Amino acid sequence: MIEVKDLHKSFDEAHVLKGISTNFEKGKTNLIIGQSGSGKTVFLKCLLGLFDYEKGSISYDGKIFSQLTEDEKRNLRAKIGMVFQGSALFDSMTIAENVMFPLQMFTNQSKSEMQDRVNFVLKRVNLEDAHHKMPSEASGGMQKRVAIARAIVNNPKYLFCDEPNSGLDPKTAIVIDNLIQEITDEYQITTVINSHDMNSVMEIGEKIVFLKDGLKAWEGSNKTIFKTDNEVVTDFVYSSNLFKKVRKMYIEENS
Amino acid sequence: MTYIHNIGSYFLMIAEMFRKPTKWSVMKKLIFKDIDDLIIGSLGIIAFISFFVGGVITIQTALNISNPLIPKYLVGFATKQSIVLEFAPTFTSIIMAGKVGSFITSSIGTMRVTEQIDALEVMGINSLNYLVFPKTIALMLYPFAIAIGMFLGIIGGMAACVFGEYTSLADYTLGLQTDFNTFHIIYAFIKTFIFAFILATIPSYHGYYMKGGALEVGKASTTSFVWTAVVIILLNYILTDMMLG
Repeated sequence: MIEVKDLHKSFDEAHVLKGISTNFEKGKTNLIIGQSGSGKTVFLKCLLGLFDYEKGSISYDGKIFSQLTEDEKRNLRAKIGMVFQGSALFDSMTIAENVMFPLQMFTNQSKSEMQDRVNFVLKRVNLEDAHHKMPSEASGGMQKRVAIARAIVNNPKYLFCDEPNSGLDPKTAIVIDNLIQEITDEYQITTVINSHDMNSVMEIGEKIVFLKDGLKAWEGSNKTIFKTDNEVVTDFVYSSNLFKKVRKMYIEENS
Repeated sequence: MTYIHNIGSYFLMIAEMFRKPTKWSVMKKLIFKDIDDLIIGSLGIIAFISFFVGGVITIQTALNISNPLIPKYLVGFATKQSIVLEFAPTFTSIIMAGKVGSFITSSIGTMRVTEQIDALEVMGINSLNYLVFPKTIALMLYPFAIAIGMFLGIIGGMAACVFGEYTSLADYTLGLQTDFNTFHIIYAFIKTFIFAFILATIPSYHGYYMKGGALEVGKASTTSFVWTAVVIILLNYILTDMMLG
């Protein structure tokens, strides 16, 4: 479980995060949603320890991140898997080498043990035939799946995904969403996803934190987001005509 | 203020580079890869430039010695001194700031832009140790490349001398042997070691701390070349004054 209390972050004059408090639960897919510029990426980077923050605290299973020594922080990060928006695969390595990388860095497994584990996770993300391809030879969807495989290969306790569906067609986006949710359930990981994709919200939003102008404007789940009266959330959720129609149908069915 | 900030950040980067070392089994592969990219990959251009510049130095010296009282062996002597003391260690390093320096800045800068450095940091890896340290170690072999450059420069001078009939092979060889000072070789290699460290770290600094996108990677490569060349020239002056002055 990740607990965030009164988190503040500024860049020079710009006060980006203005006191966010929430928690992300174990074994659930937790979504951070909001419009562009609402502070989602900064929030995620603070959670990952890539940005320092001025005030507040982030604790991982009771351990406050800012109070950890550098070595403790690095050890904690070894338990974190991250799927970046652009996948962030290492261009100089093959897909199999990318996936094997965390094992080489943090375990003392033999080469055959590492290869077995790589084969297992690549099969898990349906990429068993892509071992020797370079990242540049893989499609956007394949790169995302490789990034997920790399993130889970070392059995992380926490999985972070920054816009995992960006640049993907709707069908591939659903495959990626389902894969993340299956992995979260299977390994009981604390998963935090940064997204503004409403399909993801509907598919996998077991817990949703809505940010607006650096503040938490709403908190709930995919079951409650369509019932909320919070205007800020409804403005965001029903900004597309499709969702306006979905809401109308929902209200008609329930009236 | 920006300059002071950058100088401070540069030295902090060097200190951070030695912290939390990467596993030796991984580091070993990175070092060999960087030796291949940075040293072996540069031998061709170093050999080509050294050979022909050695020839040009010989021709220029021979053409400017018109006084019959000046002995002919001076052509070989001047070529040796120019190549060993300045051309091979200093000017080759400035050329390498363009080749190796741009490669380092653009490769690290691209990793920054595509969040690969963030990926390393999130995994708990000291990205500076992982990226910069192997390049620094690989470039400690740079003096071997410079030694080849010195040798080929002198051979180039010899070829120009003999085939261009500026002076005899015997005179050129006598010039090479005249007033041979071992300390000049030591001085050249001390300079080369220091320049190798500069060649690894300044371009890495500009790549690692760059912000922006593809355009900024190009700008960072240019800035890194300028600063590497400036620092090499300043250090060349200081080291020459300290060791030979």
